[in-house]
Amino acid sequence: MLIDVNKCVACANCVPVCPMGAIYIDPDIQRATINQDECVECGTCFRGMSQEHLNPTMVRTVRKIARLFRFRFEPEPDVCPTAAFVMNELPMPRLVRQVFSDPVVEHKSTGIKGRGTEEVKTNDVNPRVGLGEVGYTIEFGRPGVGVRFRDIQEMTLSLARLGIEFEEKNPISHLMTDKATGTIREDILNEKILSGIVEIKTRLDQVEDVLTTVEDVNRRIDTVTAVGISTRCDSEGEEMRLAAILEELGYGAERAKTNLGLGRLTNLEAA
Amino acid sequence: MTNTLHRYGNSSSFHDDFILFCIPSPGKNDLGAVEKQKAFLRVCAKHNPVNMGNGNRGSFKPERHLDPTSHWNRDLSPDWEGVIEGVSKPGTVAAVFDSKEKAEACLREVIDADLGLSVNMSTSVGGAKEVAACCGIPRHSVEYSLGFRDPHDHLPNSQVLQLSTMCGHGMVSFNMARKMLDMVREGRRTPEQAVATLARFCPCGVYNPARARRLLEEARKQTA
Repeated sequence: MLIDVNKCVACANCVPVCPMGAIYIDPDIQRATINQDECVECGTCFRGMSQEHLNPTMVRTVRKIARLFRFRFEPEPDVCPTAAFVMNELPMPRLVRQVFSDPVVEHKSTGIKGRGTEEVKTNDVNPRVGLGEVGYTIEFGRPGVGVRFRDIQEMTLSLARLGIEFEEKNPISHLMTDKATGTIREDILNEKILSGIVEIKTRLDQVEDVLTTVEDVNRRIDTVTAVGISTRCDSEGEEMRLAAILEELGYGAERAKTNLGLGRLTNLEAA
Repeated sequence: MTNTLHRYGNSSSFHDDFILFCIPSPGKNDLGAVEKQKAFLRVCAKHNPVNMGNGNRGSFKPERHLDPTSHWNRDLSPDWEGVIEGVSKPGTVAAVFDSKEKAEACLREVIDADLGLSVNMSTSVGGAKEVAACCGIPRHSVEYSLGFRDPHDHLPNSQVLQLSTMCGHGMVSFNMARKMLDMVREGRRTPEQAVATLARFCPCGVYNPARARRLLEEARKQTA
């Protein structure tokens, strides 16, 4: 992401917009500036802000006069008055920042926009997690902290040592050079992304080992994590086994995503 | 692409947060899915949602050519038709409801429509279970959120977290949520204006403006 210095009027509306806090007003040039090392190319500034297309010279003049008299103009807080943001073409390895951080960009590996896969959202037509099995989505970086791939690799290496297999159709698995060890491509390890999701599947009796490992590694890496843990309900729609394990381990599950079982295979009908 | 699972709050704080979304699976039921997804959204629109989204845009949307006079009369109304007509390829579409009753009524009609796509509900564990039971369908699978783990104290206070985590892709920054809290407290914006500002950053349309308005009102009066 770039800011056109000829257009920027240093109104600072974009400063609080950035989820990574990577935008600031540079006092030397009096323009909004992006800390490129912290920017995750999520596109929030470019896409999330509404744009006016005002004349920059006129806006700067009005702002100077207002500042002289200490007037406070109350503009809409999500507007870039001169449409100064420019979304530039990104080379590898920087491109991975955008692919993982911008939710309207589709992952080629999964065909799904965003950071994850179908998880159990389509478990009724595309069985991934069966009875007695447990699926995990281990998310890093969100909210508002971000994560570098080297920290994600800390987790994948540790999980691999438990003998766990990584979900094949997952964007992070796609970037591994060795899925058996959880090793991620060397050239992207320093890239920062807004959020990444590692997906694995185990048996019910492995839940404690996995969650203990996740907690241990989280203490070593400088980011936040959020774990989603899923399983199949029985024919009555009940799910007691995983919930009981989680309760015993001290995890209170307040919220859930529930697949209501309405999906069916229709492509053959359609064909 | 709706990551609606991890929202900050306890189960009682989700009493006005019910998200229904449908998703096709490539190679399984994605043929003709676009029309079915539009049908899903049309059903949802009849049951007074508070937001809807199609993966590319929500019903509150930033404008690329804003008229400067809009600083005084910004449009705060949701655009349902734009979301429905904007479905162009198979993906996730979603609708957000502010009550169990609305979500349940909508789900009943979705069941009757028999679209054949996977339908999920994101809310409290018990909330989804109750809705499924009332509609007479057994839950198929469930994914629990174990919440955020922050051993290095990166995260801000609960008011900011509740507001910002309603965009599951993290597009609503802590600083923007904090700014809206301050502007409402200082009387510089109404909760409705602040909520529309926050919702415009969520391109999936899963941000819950009703819950956000309640949270802003509670924060203003410090009743939470």
